[in-house]
Amino acid sequence: MSSPNGTPTKITQGSQTKGGIGESTLRPDGTLKVTGEFAYSSDMWHEDMLWGQILRSTVAHAEIVSIDTGEALATPGVYAVLTYDDLPTDVKNYGLEIQDTPVLAHGKVRHHGEPVALVAADHPETARRAAAKIRVDYRELPVITDEASATAPDAILVHENRDDHHAGHVPHPNIVHRQPIVRGDVAQARERADVIVEGEYTFGMQDQAFLGPESGLAVPEEDGGVHLYIATQWLHSDLRQIAPVLGLPEDKVRMTLSGVGGAFGGREDLSMQIHACLLALRTGKPVKIVYNRFESFFGHVHRHPAKLYYEHGATKDGKLTHMKCRIVLDGGAYASASPAVVGNASSLSVGPYVIDDVDIEALALYTNNPPCGAMRGFGAVQACFAYEAQMDKLAKKLGMDPVEFRQLNSMEQGTLMPTGQPVDSPAPVAELLRRVKAMPMPPERQWESSEGADLRELPGGLSNTTHGEGVVRGVGYAVGIKNVGFSEGFDDYSTAKVRMEVAGGEPVVTVHTAMAEVGQGGVTVHAQIARTELGVTQVTIHPANTQVGSAGSTSASRQTYVTGGAVRNACELVRAKVLEIGRRKFGSSHPAWATAELLLEGGKVVTDGGEVLVDLADVLEDEAVEVEEEWRHRPTEPFDLRTGQGNGHVQYSFAAHRAVVEVDTELGLVKVIELACAQDVGKALNPLSVLGQIQGGTTQGLGVAVMEEIIVDPKTAKVKNPSFTDYLIPTILDTPTIPVDVLELADDHAPYGLRGVGEAPTLSSTPAVLAAIRNATGLELNRTPVRPEHLTGTQLSEG
Amino acid sequence: MRVNFTVNGRPQEADDVWEGESLLYVLRERLGLPGSKNACEQGECGSCTVRLDGVPVCSCLVAAGQVEGREVVTVEGLADYARQRSCASDACGTSLQNAQQWEATGDSQTGEGTELSPVQQAFIDAGAVQCGFCTPGLLVAADEMLERNPTPTDADIREALSGNLCRCTGYEKIMDAVRLAAARQGEAV
Repeated sequence: MSSPNGTPTKITQGSQTKGGIGESTLRPDGTLKVTGEFAYSSDMWHEDMLWGQILRSTVAHAEIVSIDTGEALATPGVYAVLTYDDLPTDVKNYGLEIQDTPVLAHGKVRHHGEPVALVAADHPETARRAAAKIRVDYRELPVITDEASATAPDAILVHENRDDHHAGHVPHPNIVHRQPIVRGDVAQARERADVIVEGEYTFGMQDQAFLGPESGLAVPEEDGGVHLYIATQWLHSDLRQIAPVLGLPEDKVRMTLSGVGGAFGGREDLSMQIHACLLALRTGKPVKIVYNRFESFFGHVHRHPAKLYYEHGATKDGKLTHMKCRIVLDGGAYASASPAVVGNASSLSVGPYVIDDVDIEALALYTNNPPCGAMRGFGAVQACFAYEAQMDKLAKKLGMDPVEFRQLNSMEQGTLMPTGQPVDSPAPVAELLRRVKAMPMPPERQWESSEGADLRELPGGLSNTTHGEGVVRGVGYAVGIKNVGFSEGFDDYSTAKVRMEVAGGEPVVTVHTAMAEVGQGGVTVHAQIARTELGVTQVTIHPANTQVGSAGSTSASRQTYVTGGAVRNACELVRAKVLEIGRRKFGSSHPAWATAELLLEGGKVVTDGGEVLVDLADVLEDEAVEVEEEWRHRPTEPFDLRTGQGNGHVQYSFAAHRAVVEVDTELGLVKVIELACAQDVGKALNPLSVLGQIQGGTTQGLGVAVMEEIIVDPKTAKVKNPSFTDYLIPTILDTPTIPVDVLELADDHAPYGLRGVGEAPTLSSTPAVLAAIRNATGLELNRTPVRPEHLTGTQLSEG
Repeated sequence: MRVNFTVNGRPQEADDVWEGESLLYVLRERLGLPGSKNACEQGECGSCTVRLDGVPVCSCLVAAGQVEGREVVTVEGLADYARQRSCASDACGTSLQNAQQWEATGDSQTGEGTELSPVQQAFIDAGAVQCGFCTPGLLVAADEMLERNPTPTDADIREALSGNLCRCTGYEKIMDAVRLAAARQGEAV
């Protein structure tokens, strides 16, 4: 079939574009994005395409007694209706790590909104109406919604007959994975404590709420295969899960990255990929599926809600003695990334502090709540909220300044993680706190003006709830630690194909990777790396697809490190080949070819002393040099299942926040006035993009501090607020100024010394805001998000 | 039904439109103008913002039939719209310099050289675009605000853009972009 409208093309930044690494080069896709020309996956269009629609379960836990598709199939305009019975092969489940997720429900549904049937029709409304005509008879089962109901002696098993690799070591089949970490002797260390602080914390379920809904277009191909244009975080991971269900070899499932409207972890798991392919292969026509926002809330995993139990001790001079914690994450009905989230939550549960004696347990449950998996911060977020609350409690009990107390206990390069792994690159925790504290404070009572109170600067805003009466300011601090890259022994590689040739008398480099550009600006950085390494100005970014090796996931703050590393590595190999050709052609003309270190700069071969030897155009002539190569960071190890010991992480990323809030204490309304951040990024490859990551991550942390939460009815396990009307994310009015202080202490193990940036700011933002609200109100506030009733004391019950 | 209306200055005719279809659907799926985005389709996110007879609206909440005989401006027409607006106040034929630039530009792969409105250029320059899904709606809303209020305060900008959600940027670079567009607009006068 012909290519659909919206097929991505190569993007070339022309020879006017400057900018190697370290410069704030502008995005190559910027113009396309501001003119509306950039094609997102939901913009794909093909002549004669059909629209796919998914029928989802209306109940959380039930046996499926029968499915009647007759009326739906008879609807004019409907081309296909598919259920479990129509799946073409024996492979009927998929999953990132554990293949426990049915493509379509079979005999049972385990959460509200689980896919049950598919419809393809010639108009999206026809498809929706036909799906509504499918009659599913459910026999409801009791719902498992929390740890008590999951691990009760007579609990129904969410998944029977588990045979995954975690099944053998978990204490109950409704626990996906459990990771203890034990180091030192907590009982003995506890004896040294002059003060002990305990806390029980609750973290609500957050949604990624990327703006571009799940969507894609599947086009059947003449060879019996299918071409999927898709918004995802990892093309090859999708491919590995899709092909077996379709019964096709991987080379017959072609995947091209379409425009991605944000991700934040929510596109790590499959959504509509297999469904669109199944409908396209069944009907022989291109099939487009686009979720609306309501469906999007059911169509991807969320951040794990958590219960966290912590005990810390400290001596009276402010040194931490020990920590005990238990972190219970609700993984929902399917495993998704839960095992890795458990690994993160446990290994990062101490925070960026020195505590030699720890006793840690983290686990994820199977329940009938919505499935939870990856979201920016990935297990470290929940822990940071709790340990930072504990730090404030300890400082208060000791009568110490909360920042000084943290600095007194801050980890440094050389500190051991609770896993026994040494932190072998800079860990400027105390310095980040110092910097964020040193930033100027926003002026008091900014709402006052000669014309009376500017409501827009007050809690409650234009609702006109206060003119300053009852408004109290509070200030809070927090700091966090996030791992960068995939941990626990995962083979976390990337692949880059780099080609250099001469076009129009000028050397041109093409960079081809399968990296998912989801907005972070990886494409900008790849071109910058190519310019720096190969001395050209014109760089073409090839569309990401599966015609090149895997780039790994755009997650875990890893792409600049790992795919950036792969691009740099491929560039170095191209440079070596180019110099080899040059030596062959020109080696006898100048002794420097044999003796000097040679570089590529400004389209020429130069010596390290800056002497020009020859134009690259003359070296290459009509020859093209191309290299495709995998690249790996240092290997990691799994954590011991009993002790949690092991060199599990690649790199760490640190950020600190200071939040300034104003609270209308009578109505419980919060306005965040400023959220200052200091972060170490190792090396800012693109400073403008780095700021964008830090400010964006900070704002997502603000969201889960004061507004964002998916509410699940504890009696039915049904989602109560799947819309932007009822699930609120920060608007520009809710978001304060975010001054950022960027520190660049190189990590010698990483390309250019860089550190992954994207996630760390999401960690400390939330606890800083909570600390500021506590500071303003004097309340304990052990859950996030904070709602008005938590501040006014008018809350009737939890939930 | 058939709907006749003007989009970005050009008369358009959409056939076989269902009564329930939104303006957003007609623009995206029937007229080949997918620049207006479909992030929530319930009037909460502003990503589908267009101007209807000059007024910013969520096109997902406008029934297609309501636009019969009316004028719509989308992100695709924003540069033209801004140019015509500035021409209405100044005398502006095509200068020799512009004519020469026209020949030198038009890299279809990146859009480099495409004529942009001041607010579009400012969004690129200030780093206000990450995933870009909110960008078209924000541009239409910001352009309309700057038309009404060429010297907005920060509070004015926040108020005018409060109906447009962005999940990537934390809005700081969007604030920068609108301030930059306002400043450049001020210099140009």
